[in-house]
Amino acid sequence: MAAKKTTKKANVSKEELLSYYRDMLLIRRFEEKAGQLYGMGLIGGFCHLYIGQEAVVVGLEAAAKDGDKRITSYRDHGHMLACGMDPNGVMAELTGREGGYSKGKGGSMHMFSKEKHFYGGHGIVAAQVPLGAGLAFSDKYRGNDNVTFTYFGDGAANQGQVYETFNMAALWDLPVIFVIENNQYAMGTAMARSTSSPDIYTRGAAFGIKGEAVDGMDVLAVKEAGEKAVAHCRAGKGPYILEVKTYRYRGHSMSDPAKYRTREEVQKMREERDCIEHVRDMLLTGKHATDDDLKAIDKEIKGIVNESADFAKESPEPDVSELYTDIYLEAEA
Amino acid sequence: MATEILMPALSPTMEEGTLAKWLVKEGDTVSSGDILAEIETDKATMEFEAVDEGIIGKILIEEGTEGVKVNTAIAVLVEEGESADDVEASSDAGSDDDEDKAPIDEPMSANPGASVAVVVPDEMDIPEGTEMKPTTVREALRDAMAEEMRRTPEVFLMGEEVAEYQGAYKISQGLLDEFGAKRVIDTPITEHGFAGIGVGAAFGGLNPIVEFMTFNFAMQAIDQIINSAAKTLYMSGGQMGCPIVFRGPNGAAARVGAQHSHDYAAWYAQIPGLKVVMPYSAADAKGLLKTAIRDPNPVIFLENEILYGQSFDVPVMDDYTVPFGKAKIWREGTDVTIVSFGIGMKYALEAADKLAEDGISAEVVDLRTLRPMDTGAIIESVKKTNRCVTVEEGFPVCSIGNHISAVLMQEAFDYLDAPVINCTGKDVPMPYAANLEKLALTTTKEVIDAVKAVTYR
Repeated sequence: MAAKKTTKKANVSKEELLSYYRDMLLIRRFEEKAGQLYGMGLIGGFCHLYIGQEAVVVGLEAAAKDGDKRITSYRDHGHMLACGMDPNGVMAELTGREGGYSKGKGGSMHMFSKEKHFYGGHGIVAAQVPLGAGLAFSDKYRGNDNVTFTYFGDGAANQGQVYETFNMAALWDLPVIFVIENNQYAMGTAMARSTSSPDIYTRGAAFGIKGEAVDGMDVLAVKEAGEKAVAHCRAGKGPYILEVKTYRYRGHSMSDPAKYRTREEVQKMREERDCIEHVRDMLLTGKHATDDDLKAIDKEIKGIVNESADFAKESPEPDVSELYTDIYLEAEA
Repeated sequence: MATEILMPALSPTMEEGTLAKWLVKEGDTVSSGDILAEIETDKATMEFEAVDEGIIGKILIEEGTEGVKVNTAIAVLVEEGESADDVEASSDAGSDDDEDKAPIDEPMSANPGASVAVVVPDEMDIPEGTEMKPTTVREALRDAMAEEMRRTPEVFLMGEEVAEYQGAYKISQGLLDEFGAKRVIDTPITEHGFAGIGVGAAFGGLNPIVEFMTFNFAMQAIDQIINSAAKTLYMSGGQMGCPIVFRGPNGAAARVGAQHSHDYAAWYAQIPGLKVVMPYSAADAKGLLKTAIRDPNPVIFLENEILYGQSFDVPVMDDYTVPFGKAKIWREGTDVTIVSFGIGMKYALEAADKLAEDGISAEVVDLRTLRPMDTGAIIESVKKTNRCVTVEEGFPVCSIGNHISAVLMQEAFDYLDAPVINCTGKDVPMPYAANLEKLALTTTKEVIDAVKAVTYR
C-alpha cells in the first residue's frame, strides 16, 4: 500500500509527524475495536465509525490552542480522542457503562467533556451548527480570543439552519470555524444526488464568509488550512469555512452495508489516499523513524485500545438510581 | 353628511389608548391620508390618518386624554356648509357584544351563603408594610429582566425586534438604552438559528434570555429547545447544563387566526429537562421571571398578550422572586376547587365571583408553574372541596387538565365526589371570525356550568 506522496515539501518536524501518526492510529484502532464490540453485542444502537477521516480532526486539533472549543455530530469518537479525552471513558460510554463520559446515559452520539471543551456529540443533523456559533458567541461576549471548531458533514450542509447560522455568524463576526467534513455520502446518498453545487465551501460567499477546500486525507494540508482559519477568527475577522474532502471507509453506521458505492471505490481510496499510510510513508522515507519504531507505536496504541475495551466491559452498568438523576440542575439558594 | 371619527384599534388586543396629540384643529380641511392625530397605546405611538375628506367640524376628545376606548367618537368630520351638530348622538365606547362580560364587571355582591374571603396573595417574605405598586404585566417583565441584567453581566436578551424597536410588544422597552447593543441583541427573523445560538451560548456558560415574538414561531425552533436545551444535561451525565430562558407571548390574542393563537402549555409541560412557567399576575410575572433567569436549567416562560396591559399590585422590593413549583391560592373556598394558570385565571376568578352570588364557594388555585407542578396543592384543596374543575385555553386532548384529572384519580380518588371537568379551548384550529373565535376559547360561563355540574346544582 503506497500512499500518495505529498506534493509539496512539508516543513514539519519528526516529533510532529510522529504525534499525528500516533493520534490518527489511535482513532483508527479505537474505531476498529468499537466495531468488534458492536459485533459482540456490547455496543448497542447506532454506532458511526470515523475510519478514513482521521486526518481531519488530528490536523485541526494541531491548529487549536487551549481554551478553543469543538462541537460535532454523531460521528464523534475521533473528535473526542483527538482533543484528548480518555479512550476508556469514550469506550465505556459506547458500552453504556457507569465509567462512560455520560455515565452510560448518552451513548455513541452523545458525549461531552467540559474539561476538554468538547461540546458533543449531537444526534440531530446540523443542530450542532447554531450551537457551535453560540459557543463562539459566548467567547466573543467574554472578549477572549478562543475559537470554536464546528464540524458537520456534507449532508448537514443542506440543512436550513446552517445558512441561518452563516448569516448571524457573519453579521456578528463570531469566531467560529465551520468545518464541513465532506465524506461524499450523506448516509447512502452520494453528494451529486443531494447537493446542487459541488463546492460546498463556496456557500458562505453569499454571506461574505471566506471558504476553501482542503485535502482531508493529508493531515499537513488540514493543519495548514486550520491555522489559516484560526488566525482569521482569532483576529476578530469573523467566521471561516473549511470544506475538508475526506472519505469514510465504513458504512454510515454499523448497520449500513454500503451498497451505494462499489467495493473498488473504497479500496482505491484506502490504497492510494489513506491518511495514516501517508504519514507513515513520510516518516520512513524521511528517515524519521524505522519500521521498528512504528511497530513500537502500533503496539503502544493497541495496548491503549485493548485497555479501553477491557475497561468498557468491566465498568458496571449505571446504578438504577441514575435513571432519575441529571434531569435538572439544582438551583442555587 | 357629518360623520364621526372613531378612536381606532391599532393592534389586535388594543382596547383603549391615549389621544396624545391632535395634528389638526377645528375648521381644518383634511383629505384622505392626512395625519389627524397621534394615538399612544401601551405598545407604541401611532399616527392616525384620515380616511375621508372633509372639514374637522368638532373635536370631541381633547389631546392628552388617557383611556379613550376603541370606537369612541373623537371628532366629527363635516362637509362644506354642514354643522357638527348634524351628527347623530354618539354611541358609547366600544362595540361591546360580549354578553357575559358586563355582569361580571359589576361589583361582587356579598352573599351570606358563600365564602367570599379573597385571599391577599400569599407571597413569601413580603415584609409587612411593603408598598404595593400597580404595575402592568408588561412593565413587570421588563423590570425583572432589567434587575437580573444589572445583577450579572452574563445575562443578555436576544430576539426579533427586542432592541431598537423596543420589543414587538414593548416588553424590552428601555433595555437597549440601559444595557447597550452587546446585551440587547436584535436577531434576524430566523428562530431555528437564533434559538440554537442561544442554546450554544448557554452551553458556553452565559445566561441568555431568548424572546420569541410569539411561541407560535418557536415551533421553527422546537428541535433546539427540546433536543438540544432540554436533553443535553441528561445525555452528558450531568456535565452540560443549559441556563436559558425562552420567553414570549403564548396562546390566543385576539383575531389573529390559527397560526398565531396556539397555547403550548401542555406541549412543553410534557418534556423532562424543561421547566415551564405561565404566570397570571404582574407580581408573579416579575418574581417568576427573575427565578427563571437564575435557574440553571432551560425554562419556558409563557406569557399572554392580553395580560400584558393589565395591572396588578407588585410589591416594591429590592429583589422579589417567586419560587417554582408553588401554586398560589387566590381565593379560599369549600365547595369546589378551580385550578388554572395564565390567562385561564381570569375565567376562574370571574367564575368564582359569580358562583359566590349563587352561594357556591370556590377555591381558586393558580398553578403558576406547570413543570414542576404543585400537584400537592391541588390534592390538598380537593381533599377539602371534593370537586375539581380545571381551566385553560389550550386544546382539550392531552391537556394540562387531563393530567390533573389523572393525578387526582390516582392520588385523591376517595376524596372525589364528582368527575373532574376540564374546561379547555375547543378541538379546532383557532378561527378568525369574532363569533367563532369566542366559541373556540373557554369562557367564564363554561367554568360556571362546569362547577354547577360537579356540585350537582
